Amino acid sequence: MTTISATTNPTTRPSLIRRVSTFFHRHPTLTLVLLLAVPLLWLGVVYLGSLLALLLQSFFRLDDFTGQVVREFSLDTYGQLFTRANMDIVVRTVAMSAAVTMACALLAFPISFYMARYASATGKVAFYIAVTLPLWSSYLVRVYAWKLILAKEGVIGWFFQAFGLQPVLDAVLAVPVIGGPSLSVSMYGTFFAFVYVWLPYMIIPTYTALERVPRSMLEASADLGARPLDTFFRVILPLAFPGVVAGSIFTFSLTLGDYIIPGVLGNSAFFIGQVVLTQQGTAGNIPLAAAFTVVPMVIMFIYLFIAGRLGAFEAL
Amino acid sequence: MSAATHSLPAVRFENVSRYFGDVRAVDNVSLEIHDGEFFSMLGPSGSGKTTCLRLIAGFEQPTQGSIFLHGTRVNDLPPYERDVNTVFQDYALFPHMTVEENVGYGLMIRKVPKAERQRRVQETLELVRLPQMAKRKPSQLSGGQRQRIALARALVNRPRVLLLDEPLGALDLKLRQEMQIELKEIQKRVGITFVFVTHDQDEALTMSDRIAVFNAGRIEQIGTPAEVYEHPQSTFVASFVGTSNLVPSDMARKLTGQNETFSIRPEKIRMVEPGAPVQDGWAAVEGTVREVVYLGMLTRYLVQVDGGSELTVVRQNLDETSMDVLSAQGKRVQLTWQRAFDRVLESPQ
Repeated sequence: MTTISATTNPTTRPSLIRRVSTFFHRHPTLTLVLLLAVPLLWLGVVYLGSLLALLLQSFFRLDDFTGQVVREFSLDTYGQLFTRANMDIVVRTVAMSAAVTMACALLAFPISFYMARYASATGKVAFYIAVTLPLWSSYLVRVYAWKLILAKEGVIGWFFQAFGLQPVLDAVLAVPVIGGPSLSVSMYGTFFAFVYVWLPYMIIPTYTALERVPRSMLEASADLGARPLDTFFRVILPLAFPGVVAGSIFTFSLTLGDYIIPGVLGNSAFFIGQVVLTQQGTAGNIPLAAAFTVVPMVIMFIYLFIAGRLGAFEAL
Repeated sequence: MSAATHSLPAVRFENVSRYFGDVRAVDNVSLEIHDGEFFSMLGPSGSGKTTCLRLIAGFEQPTQGSIFLHGTRVNDLPPYERDVNTVFQDYALFPHMTVEENVGYGLMIRKVPKAERQRRVQETLELVRLPQMAKRKPSQLSGGQRQRIALARALVNRPRVLLLDEPLGALDLKLRQEMQIELKEIQKRVGITFVFVTHDQDEALTMSDRIAVFNAGRIEQIGTPAEVYEHPQSTFVASFVGTSNLVPSDMARKLTGQNETFSIRPEKIRMVEPGAPVQDGWAAVEGTVREVVYLGMLTRYLVQVDGGSELTVVRQNLDETSMDVLSAQGKRVQLTWQRAFDRVLESPQ
């Protein structure tokens, strides 16, 4: 280095910026440590630290008489969690998450497929913007918009009436558990809003996975005698599967934790997120709120484990 | 195979064109590929050779003209209904399948019974000398091994025509030379028609029964390697296949008295002392050695011909050391060659 600078610039010493660059170039480990220090601190303290605090809280308990949190190890809170009423909430939330995830996957795949395989370069950009456009505006506004769309006097209700399909709508709303007086005051409303808000999170990873499948691989499949449907099930789908799983992790976990949508739309049956909110807010039962928060985490671990077993990460 | 089908060409192009917008990727090409031959399509990138291959495979449809496979017009036949298989340039092995599953894919799709499938996969893996790799994933193989698996995946279906799209392009020189010989041997053994696309003239000359030289969407010449090399029919062929000295018409007039451009191969030119007697039927010019390039086995001399252009001469380093050949720089020399070796070109520029 010195000989090079001596030959290129024999009279003056190398500039400061050059010496600094050279120093870092020669000490790659130090450079890495400096670069990672802040993000690692953030991850370690703020991120994992708060999770740890949460786990700890779930092993404390609330004294029923004083209303104070007793800071001693106990499993009382978990005992409270595994009551019938609370388990209903867990099952309801998981069922909704699964339904939303499947609907998102089914809707996202054809859109992603078109974007990756058939759209022109400008078409891709247009699609990309169209898919992410809803994310530019407030989530709350969009959820309330759905409340109006799905209301009894809303545009969908009007549509059913105008085409004489009111009996169909009534029959749909009469289904026990998920039905209700109108679409916006039933599980349908919750479901539609969830699918709508999380769909982009499914489309983007699915599209990325499909985009990575080279054209020659599809040609190879056809060349070896496979009809388009065979190629789809034996080549395209397995290769896109990791993308769908990545998307499903988003849609599933986001639905598991959300507390706003079931508050705005739905038949006021509780979801996990809402319980956490009320327990740590109005009820002041932070241990139970924490225990409830552990539930989606455990479910996600199980989910990822199954996805791994299904070979979702093999083609990565 | 009956005599009737044998006489039919494996592949026939009848005035085939393929346009992409305004670009004429393939421009009115007619050709016949004989059954069982090793046929190369040679040309620079963008010359239309790969598009021709894709037209045979069915990945592209001709804009005009007809394509026949063993006498049947296949213009409207999708790839999965054609009795041809392709070895792709990027191999296109399925990453989520093992080597065995990759090779057996075509048989599985065609619902060949499992026992026979396994036997044929194993047989083909032995043919490409990788029988022990059956359980591996493509990502666990080297480039050369992937190439062989791609070949096996196509061969196992016993197609009547095998299409190879620059299959050796990604391999290093030594491996490529080995594979050239091996491919040729495999082709002889299985007796399938091979259509081989390459931009490497050495490769085409080494392996082919016949070569089609492509340029700008058209075929410039079709012939055996010797024909294409020794009797180039155009300036393009002369310069693309091997190196050639193209002698322009004004210099040609001085040399031969005729006003036609001709080509002469560098290895056909002798470099002797200036003023040496010239034999009958030989051409001779004098000049100065402008540059000497020592290549180990050979030496290339660039000779500035008096009052004319430059000629390249190649000589084997038979009795000379590198010191001897390098000292030739700046020397006056006479270049002579047998007139029988120069080639008047059909399309002078």
